[in-house]
Amino acid sequence: MKLSWWKLLCIVLLSYVLLGGLLMDVPRKAILNETIRNIYYHVPMWFGMMVLCGISVYHSIRFLRKPDMLSDIKATSYAATGMLYGALGIITGAIWAKYTWGKPWSNDIKQVGAAIALLIYAAYFVLRNSITDIDKRARVGAVYNIFAFAMLLPALWIIPRMMESLHPGGMGNPGADPRDMDARMRLIFWPAAVPGFIILGIWISSLTVRIRKIEDKNLLHV
Amino acid sequence: MNAITRIFALLKKDLLLELRQQYTFYGVLLYIASTVFVLYLAIQQPETDVWNGLFWMIQLFICVNAVAKSFLQESRGRMLYFYTIAGPGNFIIAKLLYNLIIMLIMSLVSLGLFILMIGNPLINFFHFLGIVSLGSVSLSLVFTMLAAIAAKAQQQASLMAIMGFPIIIPQLLLLMRISKAGFGETFKETALSDMIWLLSGLDLLVIIMAIILFPFLWKD
Repeated sequence: MKLSWWKLLCIVLLSYVLLGGLLMDVPRKAILNETIRNIYYHVPMWFGMMVLCGISVYHSIRFLRKPDMLSDIKATSYAATGMLYGALGIITGAIWAKYTWGKPWSNDIKQVGAAIALLIYAAYFVLRNSITDIDKRARVGAVYNIFAFAMLLPALWIIPRMMESLHPGGMGNPGADPRDMDARMRLIFWPAAVPGFIILGIWISSLTVRIRKIEDKNLLHV
Repeated sequence: MNAITRIFALLKKDLLLELRQQYTFYGVLLYIASTVFVLYLAIQQPETDVWNGLFWMIQLFICVNAVAKSFLQESRGRMLYFYTIAGPGNFIIAKLLYNLIIMLIMSLVSLGLFILMIGNPLINFFHFLGIVSLGSVSLSLVFTMLAAIAAKAQQQASLMAIMGFPIIIPQLLLLMRISKAGFGETFKETALSDMIWLLSGLDLLVIIMAIILFPFLWKD
């Protein structure tokens, strides 16, 4: 079995995140305590989701410019993996919130944003399934994907900065709050956890693309 | 004919059709009246927060009802005809404008009915009036684009709700938030204008996306 370099890199990075994330020392903070390790697994899900959904939109744009079924397959595969990451992000967040904020769901603006993102992508798949014509399905799906993504970005990037939130970095940077991580944690988070999970998502999507390519061989004319 | 005259010709055609048939207008009007009446029977005079939440939810459903049929009434042949004489860009702008006008009227009517039947908690009426106008513009733009998408699929109305509600939630949250200016809540100095700018920016984004994306929906 021969793996390309980026797949090996993914395995190395994620092994490091798994071992280092669970074993290496972390700062002791009130309330957070050891749960701060979840930052290695919860936050990269959102980075991964944004990247995967971005790739999905890129392929949707490519489909509209030059109709090609392969672009459509890629767009849906990346969107599906993005949804998986979003669901995992909500679940890891809910578990974390149960032990730190006291309950798994507190209508925090970022939780709402994540739920909106999942609903939008669920609607994307429902819309696709409601159209039987394959070309039309791909085209209408691509239009909705682009439109929904453009509407989603302000919801995820601008509104959380304007409203009060339980998440760290509210009214400022809604992503990772640098104040919560010390140098040791950053050594795992930025070089390994974020890129590792993004590459894993691309890997999963590329596998679904390959399966779909075999399944829809007669549609692709290759 | 240049683009503006084309757009206005299409808009005039839609408005004239509406004036002659008066189907959507009275239909939605009756929808508003009966919904608000049922609300009145159910809760009479609620607290401010409930009033606000109900008002915007009703706006949402009015919008789905008012906008949903805007692409249904055009048959395939007629669409092809408009395509050749006007082009998709002009067509979608005319539709956006038409739905905007209809939704603006409906919102103001429902605001009147709300105040008449469910009470008037508004302290700052003109603030709220402005917010309602902004909100109806936002809602009508987003749902016009979604109606265009849903027109390409079966099960129109339900699909519009499925696709539209998640997309509109951020805007509705912002609208409900700034509505509190109408109930006398004071904001931090820039917060209110920030949110209004954000909503206007989103409206602009929807218009641009509609103009770019609609030609792809149109082709069959």
